[in-house]
Amino acid sequence: MINLEIPKKFKPLATQANQVATEVFRPISRKYDEAEHSYPKELDMLASLIDGMNEGSDIGGAGAAGVRREKAADGENRNGSNLSTVLGIIELCWGDVGLLLSMPRQGLGNSAIASVATEEQLKTYGGKWAAMAITEPEAGSDSAAIRATAELDGDEYVLNGEKIFVTSGDRADLIVVWASLDRSKGRAAIKSFIVERDNPGLKLDRLEHKLGIRASDTANFTLQDCRVPKEALLGDPEVKEKGFAGVMETFDNTRPLVAAMAVGVTRAALEETRKQLKKAGVTIDYDVPANNQHAAAARFLEMEADYEAAWLLTLQAAWMADNSKPNSLQASMAKAKAGRTGVDVTLGCVELCGSIGYGENELLEKWARDSKILDIFEGTQQIQLLIIARQLLKKTSAELR
Amino acid sequence: MTTTTENKGMAERGMGYGLRALNRLAGSDLLDRIRIRKQVEQALFQGTKNGFKGATAAGRTFKAAQKLGKPARQKKGKSTGLFDLSPDDEQQMFQEAGRSFAEDQIRKAALEADEKRETPKEILDQANELGVNILGVPEELGGVMTEQSAVTSVLIGEALAHGDMGIAYAAMAPGAVATAIGLWGSAEQEATYLPAFTGEDIPAAALAILEPRPLFDPFQLETKAKRKGDEWVLSGAKSLLARAKDCELFVIAADAEGVGPALFVVESGAKGLSIEDEPAMGLRPAATGRLLIDKVKLPGSALLGEGNAKAKDYAACVNRSRIAWCALASGTAQAVLDYVIPYVNDRQAFGEPISNRQGVAFAVSDIGIESNAMRLATYRAASRADRGESFSREAAIARKLCTTKGMKIGSDGVQLLGGHGFVKEHPVERWYRDLRAAGVMEGALLI
Repeated sequence: MINLEIPKKFKPLATQANQVATEVFRPISRKYDEAEHSYPKELDMLASLIDGMNEGSDIGGAGAAGVRREKAADGENRNGSNLSTVLGIIELCWGDVGLLLSMPRQGLGNSAIASVATEEQLKTYGGKWAAMAITEPEAGSDSAAIRATAELDGDEYVLNGEKIFVTSGDRADLIVVWASLDRSKGRAAIKSFIVERDNPGLKLDRLEHKLGIRASDTANFTLQDCRVPKEALLGDPEVKEKGFAGVMETFDNTRPLVAAMAVGVTRAALEETRKQLKKAGVTIDYDVPANNQHAAAARFLEMEADYEAAWLLTLQAAWMADNSKPNSLQASMAKAKAGRTGVDVTLGCVELCGSIGYGENELLEKWARDSKILDIFEGTQQIQLLIIARQLLKKTSAELR
Repeated sequence: MTTTTENKGMAERGMGYGLRALNRLAGSDLLDRIRIRKQVEQALFQGTKNGFKGATAAGRTFKAAQKLGKPARQKKGKSTGLFDLSPDDEQQMFQEAGRSFAEDQIRKAALEADEKRETPKEILDQANELGVNILGVPEELGGVMTEQSAVTSVLIGEALAHGDMGIAYAAMAPGAVATAIGLWGSAEQEATYLPAFTGEDIPAAALAILEPRPLFDPFQLETKAKRKGDEWVLSGAKSLLARAKDCELFVIAADAEGVGPALFVVESGAKGLSIEDEPAMGLRPAATGRLLIDKVKLPGSALLGEGNAKAKDYAACVNRSRIAWCALASGTAQAVLDYVIPYVNDRQAFGEPISNRQGVAFAVSDIGIESNAMRLATYRAASRADRGESFSREAAIARKLCTTKGMKIGSDGVQLLGGHGFVKEHPVERWYRDLRAAGVMEGALLI
């Protein structure tokens, strides 16, 4: 039975998340945009609250730990944790993307752990805040070009290399580090390792100063003979042809989450712009053809349509994950559409609102800065288009580079 | 109808479905329970008998069979309250039948139909047998659907337009009139007109809203209905009606004195109606024509529907039409994607397939993304309509996407084939012309 509405059972969760966004995020949004690198201590209590929500609910919470895949009952339509997580993130990022990214225990590292950890590892590392360290100065989108190495020495791996752009890297308890077991074996040898933040071999180099999401810290590290136990390797330790695919699997689950972030900030900008336009005497009519309305209303409709497209693609990707349908294609479609829509719409809203949009009295200009990263991290727009094209055209990464 | 060996399976299935629909009506307990079997049988008989008699441009005589006490309506759709993208079993059956029909017959007939500006009768007949024009007819009156059928109509429209948008328009246009009467008609109007649609010779019919002028707004109509005693007098012009010359029945939108925009049921025999040929950029198999309305006198009962809900009904009609055009645009956009993929994979340049280049590959990705989103937005609007929820916003959004992204897809389809896309050897130039219609058309189709 085709139905593309938010499921009734998730409405309380979305309402709760919206309240958090309204009451906690929005009031401190500008404060931490200005005070870059200072820790939003308001979030500690909130994080505990969200942990509690996750514990006490069978539908998953609003956090990154909710993306573990479960088997759906045969043929039965399932609305599960992927969908609820996406809905929660949309609401929270309607509040503030940077603060969502700074939420303790909701990092991308937590998603990676949730997606591929063994039961043992879940026991050891569960309940901790985990950041993700993939990018290097010479390897961004091309994660197969990673230079960081991991060498087995007895019961320990020894990690060496340099990692940049680690979201919440300084604040987290754990860092999931991507490194190669054997650089001559290419991508098959790339594995991820859980490193405790207080490991003496992990040295913080600096925190970045950024265009947006300034509430969220972005750390650069050097790994110098950083020793971790053998059990810290996530997934299969064997170097196999298809091994890298397993590492990349995490992203099928996390791309819709980043899409959801973009959807949230886009909605925030549209809602504020609708209010501002109304003050200026322009209302949007859905029955009258767009071209018969004020140009600003027509522009708004166009932006709202793109927003809705991004929202629907995001829900589709999450719904497919909940129902154990392969969704790599749809996850990339959602990420690509939501990423570019976030940038186009938030910038368009600043343009429509003029100096009100551009000035710091409102949050519109901030959202227009925050949104840009969402079309970059977790796979840039161009990488998503590559993934989509390879799947549609049935091409290998050697054929379509 | 000519049935070649390769498409026999489909033909049988299409036929089977039509027969099954009739059979289901005959076997329906509901008819006996509410004691209208006689009337419906009579209505069917009447419709059939009359149908064969006057299938000319002059039109048959529509005569009320014994009417029901109050108008029959399809029930609102139910929902489990869960997000779900899977059609139900019945919808899947319709969808699959529509897809095979489109692949086996419509696509093959499309080039010639486009040139001749005519859809072969066999295809129209087979679409009728598939039931595409009675989806909006309430079950008590011979329809096949117990519940509201907006999503089912969307799925069928999408499937047929994957074959060809112009043929899909020609095939489904009569259903717009049947659906309008089934949704808003009085008991009398239902009894008078719907039997003709459940019979074998379904009349060509048109839901006429669009008017020939730039910046047309369906809520500011230049077609006027003036009161004259108990009668209405209609004047104006309507654009791009499918098979206009063959139409026996019209539902015409006019600005009614003291009412506002409203719909009128008008038979083709009415004095003062005339048809002008109106060929267009695309939708050519639908043989589009213009309806000229010159002081046409209508009885008071010609106003569609009862009660005071006309403004709301009219807005719903406009929006349901827009969703229907989105369905066709989604199907055509998917056709573009399905066509360009093998082409860019086969086409060689600089020693390798052109799809090995990002400039080409990314264009394909974008067609994939936007056509997927067009479809989802259309489904959302239609499913809200079925459940009786507001859908004006969702229809506007689907229309915006299907207009803008649909046209971009049409354009990119030609672009990806280069010069080959510009010539009629490939269907992409036709889809380019057809996809422009999604943002132009108002009315004409209805879910």
